[in-house]
Amino acid sequence: MKEFAFYPGCSSEKNASASNMENSVHHMCEMLGVKLKEIDDWNCCSASIGYAGGGHLPRLALTARNFALSKQQMGDSPVVASCAACWLALRETNERMHEEPGVKENLNTALKEAGLSYDGKLEVKHLVELLVDDAYVGFDALKAKVTKPLTGVKMAGYVGCQTNRPFGIAGDNYENPEYLDRMIEACGATAVPFPKKVACCGGALAFSENEKSCDLIKDILQSAVDNGAEVIVTPCPVCQLNVEVYQEKVNKLFGTNFAIPVVYYSQLFVLAWGGGWKKAALDQQVVPADVLKKFA
Amino acid sequence: MEKKIGCYICTGCGINEALNVKTLTATVAKEQKIPLVKNHAMLCSPEGVEMIRNDMTSEGVNTFLIAACSPRVHVETFRFGTPMIERVNLREFAVWGQPDAATDKDAKEDAQALGEDLLRFGCIRVKKMNNPEPFEDPGLSKTILVVGGGYSGMTAAKGAADAGYDVVLVEKAVELGGKVAKMHRLTPANPSLPGKDGLQETGAKALCLAVETHPRIKLYKNARVKQTVGAPGLFDVTIDQAGSDTVERIGSIVVATGYNLYDPNKLGHLGYGASPDVITAWDFEQMAREGRIVRKSDGLPAKRVAFVQCAGSRDKNHLEYCSSTCCTVSMKQALYVIDQYKNEASTCVIYQEIRTPGQLEDFYRKAQNEGVVFVKGDVKQVAANSGGGVKVQVADKLLRGDESMEVDLLVLATGMTPNIDTTDPNVSSNLNLSDEERAKTVLNLDYRQGASLPSLKWGFPDSHYICFPYETRRTGIYVAGPARRPMGAASSATDAMGAALKAIQAVESISRGAAVHPRAGDLSYPSFRKEGCTQCKRCTEECPFGAINEDDKGNPQFNPTRCRRCGTCMGACPQKIISFANYSVDMIGAMIKGCEVPPAEDEKPRILVLACENDAYPALDMAGINRQKLNPYIRVIPVRCLGSVNLVWIADAMSTGYDGVMLLGCRHGDDYQCHFVRGSALAEIRLSKVAETLSRLQLDSARVRLTEINIMDVDRLPGLLDDFVKEVTALGEQPYKPF
Amino acid sequence: MAYDLSFAKEVYKTSEVGYWIKMCMQCGVCAGSCPLGPHWEHSPRQLFQLVRAGKMEEVLKSDSMWMCTSCYNCIVRCPRGLPITHIVHGLARLAVEKGMADPKQPTRRFAVEVFWDNITSTGRVGEAGLTMKLYFIDGIGPGIQRGLEMKNQALGMLKTKRLNPIPFRSKIKGFAGFKAMLDKAFELEAKKESNA
Repeated sequence: MKEFAFYPGCSSEKNASASNMENSVHHMCEMLGVKLKEIDDWNCCSASIGYAGGGHLPRLALTARNFALSKQQMGDSPVVASCAACWLALRETNERMHEEPGVKENLNTALKEAGLSYDGKLEVKHLVELLVDDAYVGFDALKAKVTKPLTGVKMAGYVGCQTNRPFGIAGDNYENPEYLDRMIEACGATAVPFPKKVACCGGALAFSENEKSCDLIKDILQSAVDNGAEVIVTPCPVCQLNVEVYQEKVNKLFGTNFAIPVVYYSQLFVLAWGGGWKKAALDQQVVPADVLKKFA
Repeated sequence: MEKKIGCYICTGCGINEALNVKTLTATVAKEQKIPLVKNHAMLCSPEGVEMIRNDMTSEGVNTFLIAACSPRVHVETFRFGTPMIERVNLREFAVWGQPDAATDKDAKEDAQALGEDLLRFGCIRVKKMNNPEPFEDPGLSKTILVVGGGYSGMTAAKGAADAGYDVVLVEKAVELGGKVAKMHRLTPANPSLPGKDGLQETGAKALCLAVETHPRIKLYKNARVKQTVGAPGLFDVTIDQAGSDTVERIGSIVVATGYNLYDPNKLGHLGYGASPDVITAWDFEQMAREGRIVRKSDGLPAKRVAFVQCAGSRDKNHLEYCSSTCCTVSMKQALYVIDQYKNEASTCVIYQEIRTPGQLEDFYRKAQNEGVVFVKGDVKQVAANSGGGVKVQVADKLLRGDESMEVDLLVLATGMTPNIDTTDPNVSSNLNLSDEERAKTVLNLDYRQGASLPSLKWGFPDSHYICFPYETRRTGIYVAGPARRPMGAASSATDAMGAALKAIQAVESISRGAAVHPRAGDLSYPSFRKEGCTQCKRCTEECPFGAINEDDKGNPQFNPTRCRRCGTCMGACPQKIISFANYSVDMIGAMIKGCEVPPAEDEKPRILVLACENDAYPALDMAGINRQKLNPYIRVIPVRCLGSVNLVWIADAMSTGYDGVMLLGCRHGDDYQCHFVRGSALAEIRLSKVAETLSRLQLDSARVRLTEINIMDVDRLPGLLDDFVKEVTALGEQPYKPF
Repeated sequence: MAYDLSFAKEVYKTSEVGYWIKMCMQCGVCAGSCPLGPHWEHSPRQLFQLVRAGKMEEVLKSDSMWMCTSCYNCIVRCPRGLPITHIVHGLARLAVEKGMADPKQPTRRFAVEVFWDNITSTGRVGEAGLTMKLYFIDGIGPGIQRGLEMKNQALGMLKTKRLNPIPFRSKIKGFAGFKAMLDKAFELEAKKESNA
């Protein structure tokens, strides 16, 4: 398998909030033989909240710089992102450069100050897109590697927002994307029906409007529990963080007693492929995923 | 020519397995005494058809009874160049529509009885059938009259003339062109095409020229139709041109008289009259045409213009309907303002709901993209500004509050009103129209039912709008453009071509003595036995198409080319003297009586179903095709329309011993689906009077029922029949059963 | 006076993808799709109509834009294809630029005063610094209060090695160029605005 440029993003740094994702992604790719080479000296994409401080051009310039570095370091290699917001920023910047008049020129004027340039033409992939696409990995290959099927565990596939909208994975449906359920089933677990599959967890507003976000998180947790899920699975670092870490706060606000583990798809694969607890970074869960212990 | 009947029973498609074909054959040959009966394992195969064709030459068979599948399939296969043919629907009704006979003895018996009765009906029908002689007249004309020389009329005239027909075009004004010629621009006809979303030239000049110079179009300008006498193919139309009359022999007519605009003087609540700067869309159009979009009050540039939608439309105090064009007209006019004043223009459309049907949605986008602002709300108050222009207060439904705006012009988008005489000028109109608006007679028809075209509501001509949109209730007279219903220029052009084609179809059919739709091609037409007539006038009053005039003594005068062959006259006649060569009271009565009704002790009820051939019969047929189970006790006889059902058939059925009669026909009322407009409604009225007769016979009126069925009702139909059989059986023994 | 177009024209020209606002047909699908529906004062479609009605103050002082979680539901559902999320972000930014956004609005404070500074001072997010600055934005007292409220969450993250306890991080290597690039981008953005 060829090598890809990799843009991990801030939350996947060492000791950052999604380091459990990064650790499991690292091992998952190693087991698959997918080589991800981190773009050297990348910067933050400013995620979904950068618009207010950065406006239009400065915000897009952040991502343009990452593209330019990738191009410089790895030529035409597609840029792979594992974080929803990072991936979205990459996709959006490319799209804007092509579709909005003047954006490409202005961004290059700005990039020039850093001695860089970018033509808007690098291909962008979410890591999930590599996994579900037969041209790269594909579901058959994902299934074939399973040595410890997660049989009997009921899971709610929580796709969330930004891996789904506005671009979507592999042409999947916005209202009911199916790839995550198929991933859960590929690991041998059971995907339960989950009406809150694409509902919003509040995103960055969990910082600023915590109680409003907790209200959304409560509905997501309730729906998962109501449908019999023992584990929530997600591809998005913000979803994972919000839905896992604020359970205690939700319980306090709403008198509930949720304690449901929230894990990444990458953690499931590492576990089901026999990688064990630590490689799956399941020791990094705030709400322990004890129900998966027997597969370690 | 001697009638020689051949009966052919197909044994394929499961008929042989489900029914005893030998007995069926005996029923036809021995009981019904048909001299030639043959079976074939697959009658629709080339061999089967060949067998029939051989009999035509060797045996002289000229009348055909095909007992096989539904008459709705293999129409071409069993076409032998004569209308003397009857199809017995064994397969759908007696085989596919029945339970699997192999496993159920009772079911087999019932299916067999059904098959035999169906054959009896068929035999009686062919025996009573005569070959219709088509109506002929040496004076038949194929010339098409177009009334109205506006956009629709010119399009229709040119279309018909280009197709090779002589056209007479009558225009009341001195020049052709109508309203469109007085417009500045038109909204795009195909705004979804790339680059085609902009405003268009009207094209009226070129169209006028093409019509004026067309060798096949005879033009009467400054003229009107004074009177229309006769019938399609034979209309004698008197045209009054500046006081001198000419009579033209006409085949069919396209009415394209356009529309009037609603009177703005009734729109004081929207500010009309409050300031000279409150104007109508029509006045605004004239301004734009002159290239001077200015305030009427002081002649200063009108850069800020607001357009009020539904001005007197969709309002129970004014016009109740939507004129469908005002929204796009206002968008078009807002673009005039933007075109003239560019960045300084400020345009706003105050609307209820934007209605931009079809591709016009793209024109809506265009208007938005050019900067037209859309405000959903009601105009509450309009006042003249001292410095010119007006101040408008709007109850803004989007901002949820009262807002005010200052504009140079307030343009009221008024709706279209009908422009043809669908209403009796002596009866006050519910349209709140002035005498002026109430149209003058357009055709002045010499018809017993009145000089004008019947209307359904709001004064537009009535037509079966789902199936036959250009149709009116006067055969051979078609209405196009806004005279038919409110519409814009692009729709009017399509409409005009449609109406022209219908007019051509009419003259061609009439030249062959054939009916137009829905019984297209039917050569039969009603005749009556004059000596039996009591001058009751029911037929002349009830014909949905005004086909029958009266002589001085009140005797009916049939006009075959006005007739649609529905048989409503036949159903109306208490003397049973109206009939068609191949459809009569006597024929259907004999069929009804031909059913072998089992004695009461057999507990096998019989229900007569008189099914309209347009929707109800196909629905029954499809139920069979879908293998839904049809109640085995029903006996279906198709009728041309429920309007043709003569009440004597109810008496026939009761005296024969049927337990009940069900009439299945199209929906009637304001949203009717009756293919002959009034047939099913008339049947309902007639049936309401049958209760008395029934009680005199000591029969419960619940034994007779009319049920509305449309062609989509296939799934619920078997259940309806079962329910009726159950209800009728529960009424107890029918006293007229045979012993 | 309503429906004066000068504010709308300014928005069309200067606000990010603001020109799309004129294409809204006011169907309200955006309003029904927004997860923060119960909390905003104006739905997206109402904001757009307020823009078209020339109600600058109502728009720019509204807290509605600040309720956007960037879930993109409105974008994918808009039958007219408006990039609603981006339009709303643009209006929020315009409110910041014109100094009309409510200074107390919590998301505005977080986004402008904390987050943007955090990422642009080093090139990447420093999560610990971000959190602390957010807590202490109103001074020491309320900061400690908030910290205590969130104590368990923070501890959980620390224990699982998902929170770096050191609130300081080093700059990216190419920080000088990064900074120059951003300065240039701001300069170009300002130029576009002054054209209005």
